[in-house]
Amino acid sequence: MNVFDILGPVMVGPSSSHTAGAVRIGQIVRRLVGGEIVRAKILLAGSFASTGAGHGTPRAIVAGLMGFMPDDERIPRSFELAAERGLTFDFGTTVLRGAHPNSAVITAENDRGERVEAGASSPGGGRIRVFELDGLPASFSGEVPTLIVRSEDRPGYVSRVTGVIAAQGINMSKLQVEREARGGRAVMVIECDQRIPYKVKMAITAIEGISKVTRLNPGEESK
Amino acid sequence: MSAYTSVKELLELSEKRGTPVWRTVQLMDCEEQGLSPEDSWNAMAGMLSVMRQTDRDYDRRHRSLSGLSGGDAGKMEDYIASGRALSGPLISSVIAGALRMGECNACMKRIVAAPTAGACGVLPAVLLPCAGRLGVPDERVIEALYVAAGIGSVIATRASISGAECGCQAEIGSASSMAAAALVHLLGGTGQDMANAAALALKALLGLVCDPVGGLVEVPCIKRNVLGALEAVAAAEMTMAGIRSRIPADEVFDAMRDVGEKMDASLRETGEGGLAGSPSALKQGEREV
Ligand code: SF4
Repeated sequence: MNVFDILGPVMVGPSSSHTAGAVRIGQIVRRLVGGEIVRAKILLAGSFASTGAGHGTPRAIVAGLMGFMPDDERIPRSFELAAERGLTFDFGTTVLRGAHPNSAVITAENDRGERVEAGASSPGGGRIRVFELDGLPASFSGEVPTLIVRSEDRPGYVSRVTGVIAAQGINMSKLQVEREARGGRAVMVIECDQRIPYKVKMAITAIEGISKVTRLNPGEESK
Repeated sequence: MSAYTSVKELLELSEKRGTPVWRTVQLMDCEEQGLSPEDSWNAMAGMLSVMRQTDRDYDRRHRSLSGLSGGDAGKMEDYIASGRALSGPLISSVIAGALRMGECNACMKRIVAAPTAGACGVLPAVLLPCAGRLGVPDERVIEALYVAAGIGSVIATRASISGAECGCQAEIGSASSMAAAALVHLLGGTGQDMANAAALALKALLGLVCDPVGGLVEVPCIKRNVLGALEAVAAAEMTMAGIRSRIPADEVFDAMRDVGEKMDASLRETGEGGLAGSPSALKQGEREV
């Protein structure tokens, strides 16, 4: 185990799963939506719902939606800061079958009216995993460079997308494709070994039938 | 995959390379993570400065969101200042330091998870006052943090550092074991001494269950930081006195895992058994939730 997994992270307490992980969940939703989030509906499940309040989980998620890092001392004041920024949010609870007990489902909308719904869990140590994206199952953490490609399910599009990535000399470590039904909406999650440059995103966006491309490059979380 | 999975291997590596234990821990990690030793050192120095800063910024007026904690370190400080404290200044400040950091964590201040947020008070409570008392420079304390991390990573590999997996022995117990070895480094002990102190500390804390009231990292966590810190000091002192653990560190870690596996799920961070299930805890829960 990495030395700084043992001593660290530096974080705002009290809990790596319920506070630091909750910030990371808010953050990944922010990155998935892109831009400034103006509205969010946050549903807490399992132990996030039952013990979240005492752990500051709701404040941590809202802090993450604003792009704060888990060690940001403003986390305890995130509700007030959100009000100043014009981010409105409401909380509820939900029951998720088969999900990790520390989970939340967040629907967020940015200032351009774009929306994302994501389910994510925080199994421990501040690590997180997205398990659902826009109603389709997914599995990624954003800890490695990740490309998320939303599209219609058309013949040959997977190879066109991966072709663009390979042509840039980027190595893919994991590829997941989920779709609603044949010819319906599809989400591709591609984890890569190298940072994903902007031009890859643009080249994929230009492919017919692709509706949205999101890049998650670790270390570029806040802004 | 770690270059060493036992304290024994870590000591052998140090011997082979002719580097002190802390340096071996640092270099092996740098090789694995592709990090330069300078960047690693600066990151570790950053950990120490966060510990110092948070310890200094403690505010006895702050309370946790649940209202369960806050202010106790202030009471301890007053008691020490009154001159009535029975324990000497060093031990008193270890107690106060552990309370301060535990309360800071509960009150959403910045802390260094060491190895977890719940156990974040043990290492600073031991290292800050002892370094002050010994008059050692910050460099030695940063080195000691590497020693702690080395012990912690062996524990994580062989057993666990998660209360949900192995109970509080894996959090406060591991922190205590790490802090004991780190303190031996400050005291000028050998690698064998560090291993011995790590073994002595964890042996004393085997079986400690994780039973947080209301599932919150507050009761009994904050006071268990005091336990872990005091045991670390005792283990390091016994070691420097020449007292040897009959069971080597690696076997103690394996025993911790064995105990953890046999521990009922209600005693592993579920907030059900132990203190969490006590009538007062349940009454507390009704008020909070
Ligand atoms: S009781 Fe549980 S939550 Fe509290 S410090 Fe120990 S392991 Fe962590």
